Amino acid sequence: MKRKLEISELIFKIISYTLLTVFALCCLYPFLYAVFASISGRRAVEYGEIVLFPKDVQFAAFREMFNDNMFWNSYSNTLFLTFFGTIWALGVSILGAYALSKKRLLFRKFFNFYLVFTMWFSAGIVPQYLNYLATKSVFNGIGIMDDKWLVVIAMGMAAMNIILLRNAFEGVPGEIEEASIVDGATEFQVLTKVFIPMSKSTIATVALFFGISRWNGYFWARQMISNPNEHPLQVFIRLKLEQYTDSEFTAGWNMPYATDSVIYALIVCSIIPILVIYPFIQKYFAKGTNAGGVKE
Amino acid sequence: MKGRADDYLILDEATGTYHEDPEQAVRDDVEKHYWLHVGRTIVKDWRLYLMLLPTILVFLFWRYMPMYELLGAFKVSDMVKPVSDQLYAGFSYFRTLLTGSGSLTTEFWRAMRNTFLLSFYGLLFGFPMPILLALFFNEVRSNIARSVYQVLTYLPKFMSTVVMTSLVTMLVKQSITTLNTQPGIVSQALQALGLISADAANAGLLNNPNFFRAIYQISGIWETAGYDSIVFFAAIIAISPTSYEAAQIDGAGKWAQMRYVVLPSILSTIVIMLITRIGSMLSIGYEKVLLLYNSNTYVTADVVSTFAQRYGLAGSDKGIASAAEMMNNIVGMLLVIGANTIARKASNVSLY
Repeated sequence: MKRKLEISELIFKIISYTLLTVFALCCLYPFLYAVFASISGRRAVEYGEIVLFPKDVQFAAFREMFNDNMFWNSYSNTLFLTFFGTIWALGVSILGAYALSKKRLLFRKFFNFYLVFTMWFSAGIVPQYLNYLATKSVFNGIGIMDDKWLVVIAMGMAAMNIILLRNAFEGVPGEIEEASIVDGATEFQVLTKVFIPMSKSTIATVALFFGISRWNGYFWARQMISNPNEHPLQVFIRLKLEQYTDSEFTAGWNMPYATDSVIYALIVCSIIPILVIYPFIQKYFAKGTNAGGVKE
Repeated sequence: MKGRADDYLILDEATGTYHEDPEQAVRDDVEKHYWLHVGRTIVKDWRLYLMLLPTILVFLFWRYMPMYELLGAFKVSDMVKPVSDQLYAGFSYFRTLLTGSGSLTTEFWRAMRNTFLLSFYGLLFGFPMPILLALFFNEVRSNIARSVYQVLTYLPKFMSTVVMTSLVTMLVKQSITTLNTQPGIVSQALQALGLISADAANAGLLNNPNFFRAIYQISGIWETAGYDSIVFFAAIIAISPTSYEAAQIDGAGKWAQMRYVVLPSILSTIVIMLITRIGSMLSIGYEKVLLLYNSNTYVTADVVSTFAQRYGLAGSDKGIASAAEMMNNIVGMLLVIGANTIARKASNVSLY
């Protein structure tokens, strides 16, 4: 038998649904508006005539974007940084976390502190920048002239992610490790054949964190990469925004679509790939917040 | 005394006599030749240490070596010379920032205040939102409807800071009077609701220091509330249905259930998240401020990191910039350590 809803319950339900709907729509609307504005005609965008539907539909703003070589360039640069950056950071972190998860490691406490301290204290922007310049000259000295590789190697390591992995590795039962050693596995085989397969979901979560921070990376990419052909997408978007909202630039604009439409088109283009892969990564996304590195 | 003897000798219970522990010789040996023992262990387990090496090096090069550059805060800034060759300036930069009388001092204290206020308001308004959302999600019984709500509210989290700030910039942008264009759609909506004046909307909300904090917080809630609610929602759905049933049998209404069932169950999660937030108060993301502020809004927007960026990277006062950020980060570190200690005491859960 279904219990009758109490009045207080009913009120709370109504409030919940109302506020949730309002908030969800507020979350969604800016994206819808971005899509509408990117495909609406110049007059409609500039005079604020779009609210719920696009008007005077045009695709010229998207076409301008797609015909821009720099756009594709920045996209491929972002893919490069994300791909190699994630592989590098993940590889280093897995190896380090594996070593740190072993109780027999000498000075284990010290090494842990060595990582954790970087979460407490960072030197700040200016010292980091000066240090990047110094390491850059070292890199150039050994023949790596591309700023991209420096960004890949120098950036994006996070102590938190190593700790997450270490905790996962510590959760692997010691008996399985012993059994594989008895079977003649080397240290490296123990890692690749036992520990990595048994911590797959944590590794996927950490890889996702690395990938997202690479995809989103802006500040240091802009500081460190001097060649505009090597700029990643985020830097490209920001530079375009600065250019297209400049009053002198907009005053001389004589296209049938608004400058805003180009920016909105760019925003839409940068969100779409993430929306496409979202269903596949969703469960790791949710898992990551719960793991949180909380350790008893 | 007996305790000490036990360290070295083992009591043979049958005869009641002590004899030497054979392992003690090994222990003594390790103690005497400690570094030899260390060397042997490392040689035996060399693969393990080799695996650790890249991590150590990466953190050394890009986390610890910048700390050496912090020496620049105590030395006369020089664009050419490396920090080791610069002349010592003592604490002069710190004195200038803290107790000077020039514009630098005012700007620094303003930046400190803004850093604190942006975090504090973020805590005040931003922190309860995910909890409320999680409570609301829990009311939605249909799984499909809830998934739709959840996906929609997570959506903004998938934008990068650059895309998010670009979108915000466009939505509240100024109107161009010469071309007779309208301000951004959100400005128009706020104006229609009577929340802002037409002048403010036309001038662009991001050019007005009075609106910066509100824009920062509201965009922050928009971006993270849905995603941050995951952890609270997980805590809520972990509550056993029998707890609700028991409360209902005892005659508890919705509010009483909230008060006596839900709240106690998620309290530890709330406390941990709150302490983490307090710990990271002074390390607010400078990227977002950097991307949203402009010279019109320094009064309310400039934080210590952007202050350092402006003087140290865009300008050439590297010493001043390093000193400012160093003070900010040391206070931040004390907050983190303090918060972690409290968390450990309060809930037996250490965050690190």
